[in-house]
Amino acid sequence: MREAWTIATKDLRRRLRDRSAILVALVLPLGLAYIFSLTLGDVETQGFEATYAVVNRDTGGHLPDEFTALLEGLDFVTLREASSAGEADSLASDGEIDAAVVFPDGFTEGVEAGRGGEITVIGAPEATISALVADSIATSFASDLDAIGLSVATAAGPGSTIDDQLVTRAQAVAPGAEIRSAGADDRTVSQSTFFAIGMAVFFLFFAVEFGVRGLLEEREGGTLSRLMVAPISPGSIIGGKALASLVVGLVSTTLLVIATTWLLDATWGDPLGVVLLVLGGVLAAVGVTALVATLATTTAQAGAYVSIVAVVGGLLGGTFFPISQAGFLGTIRFLSPQGWLMEGFQELAYGGGVSDIVWPLAGILVIAAVTGAIAWTRSKRLVAR
Amino acid sequence: MTSRDVDGDPAPVLSCGNLRKTFGERVAVDDVGFTIAPGETYGLLGPNGAGKTTTISIVCGLLTRDEGTVTLQGRELDTGTVDVKAEIGYVPQEVAIYPDLTARENMRFFGKLYDLGGRELDARIGRVLETIGLADRADERTDAFSGGMKRRLNIGLGLLNEPTLLVLDEPTVGVDPQSRNAILDSVEVLAREGMAVLYTTHYMEEAERLCDRVGILDEGVLRAEGSHRELISLVGEHDRLHIESRGDLTAAATAAAAVPGVDEAIPRDGGIDVLARDVRASLADIVRAVDGSGTGIVSMEVDEPNLEAVFLHLTGKALRDEE
Repeated sequence: MREAWTIATKDLRRRLRDRSAILVALVLPLGLAYIFSLTLGDVETQGFEATYAVVNRDTGGHLPDEFTALLEGLDFVTLREASSAGEADSLASDGEIDAAVVFPDGFTEGVEAGRGGEITVIGAPEATISALVADSIATSFASDLDAIGLSVATAAGPGSTIDDQLVTRAQAVAPGAEIRSAGADDRTVSQSTFFAIGMAVFFLFFAVEFGVRGLLEEREGGTLSRLMVAPISPGSIIGGKALASLVVGLVSTTLLVIATTWLLDATWGDPLGVVLLVLGGVLAAVGVTALVATLATTTAQAGAYVSIVAVVGGLLGGTFFPISQAGFLGTIRFLSPQGWLMEGFQELAYGGGVSDIVWPLAGILVIAAVTGAIAWTRSKRLVAR
Repeated sequence: MTSRDVDGDPAPVLSCGNLRKTFGERVAVDDVGFTIAPGETYGLLGPNGAGKTTTISIVCGLLTRDEGTVTLQGRELDTGTVDVKAEIGYVPQEVAIYPDLTARENMRFFGKLYDLGGRELDARIGRVLETIGLADRADERTDAFSGGMKRRLNIGLGLLNEPTLLVLDEPTVGVDPQSRNAILDSVEVLAREGMAVLYTTHYMEEAERLCDRVGILDEGVLRAEGSHRELISLVGEHDRLHIESRGDLTAAATAAAAVPGVDEAIPRDGGIDVLARDVRASLADIVRAVDGSGTGIVSMEVDEPNLEAVFLHLTGKALRDEE
């Protein structure tokens, strides 16, 4: 370990003398995050508007009214009248509305009696995102109703008759009874936060790559043979390189988190969650770039390979543009560590805690472990010929 | 105290035998073996591609071998060996230094890898910098150094751990004559101080000047080894003394031929050519004999057989390509 640290400190000293390193690790991500948030800052927050209709066929029921009230409370939503599902469907087809939410007859009664009910969301073909938002709001509303139904059923016991009074009491006390808005309002982070996260994640892979391609650099410079004749194990040489990358990744990302918070007013969220994601992200970045570097025979080639992986992974993972969680892109973004990192960091920025980033963190750590193990094995072959 | 073998000779610092290394179908080193005693400088002489670097890469534990043994100070050495490598000072063929670090920083880094630190490391760095003549440039970045200075630092890094065995892989390739002389002087000093040296070169003059024993390597095979004199005698070469004379050249040649140790003397090119096993040992007698024959001596030139000739004799080809 001492030898690995000696090698790492030497690499870090050399890295510090290379001004391009500071440029890539700090200046570029901070600068680009600032520029992007300036130039694209108002597009989404001011530009996103949706027109919805609520079709209330639930005569005498109060739940459709509650849902309508919820929509009226969202400042990006404009409500239109629609008396039937057919009318809503034609409005959506004509592009008059982005989506309609249909409550069938007897919906409130069915929910309150524990039989459940069905809400239908009709989306306009041209308004995918707006329709997804409507679907998300309706799903959240339905989830709350499930919670109410479950509370009442638990209080009444199997086979009991559920009366209105009990339902009202359950609504008053059950944690899930308060309808939680899941609209675009609170699932969208500010542009400065988004680009702070995106640029930090994107450039992390460039910041750490110097260390992992350092073995090739040592070989080309002739110093690898000198290291190999020294009384140290091959593992110390590889470990030293990885250690230097880890330090650079951790320091640069931490500085970026602090700098973007102060300078760009970015909101990173739960500090513990951020620390865990930064650690996992740096490990994954080192693992992935190290693996890619072992496929190359020269440092120039390694640099090119790493750049390709960093750019493709960054685009795929949504570091430059938000990627919808649904659909093909939403699924394949998790092939890249950047996708997992963006998911995790955005979850924290939405206000989530450590428990909300378990899966992103697990995904990142799995990628780090797998790529790191393969890279270690391949690097040892390079060092011990 | 130097350990000794059963014959009372100092135990070799390095002993390797039956080394074999192949790269695919190509045999790079085949059945190579030699020993180096304390204070001895052993030269591996051969043209480019002869297997010199492969051999020392195996000796230094840089390269796995297919067959054979390497022991350093009686301890087995291989790529996975760690501790025994502390006995080796390695000077690779290419300049292996960090250009963005100063000479002192380079030395400090490599010194730490040899578990050196504190005042001891500082003292060693100071001594080595003096030895290689870079004390006044120690705190300059090495990318500002001349080629010769870089070469000297390259050697200095190999001395930092005060090795038992110093391995130099063609350290003077591409070096100006002045720096080359400085490097050769340094190696001679180190050998006199008792360091065992393994020196590879394709410069015959360097091998002749530095090495107590020379192994002639060609196409991965050790064709012959021994001292300079042993190698010369191995192929039956003679020293040649040309005496430019005035007078009866036949009488002079007859007189010279009668001197013990002289094998042949013949009139040639306004003088006589005298062939002897060791012309320097017989030189005084030859001069007296020629002078006694009544022939005037104008000038003399000794032409001793060299390793170039030995190499040519053993392999049928020149030691190095035209440069």
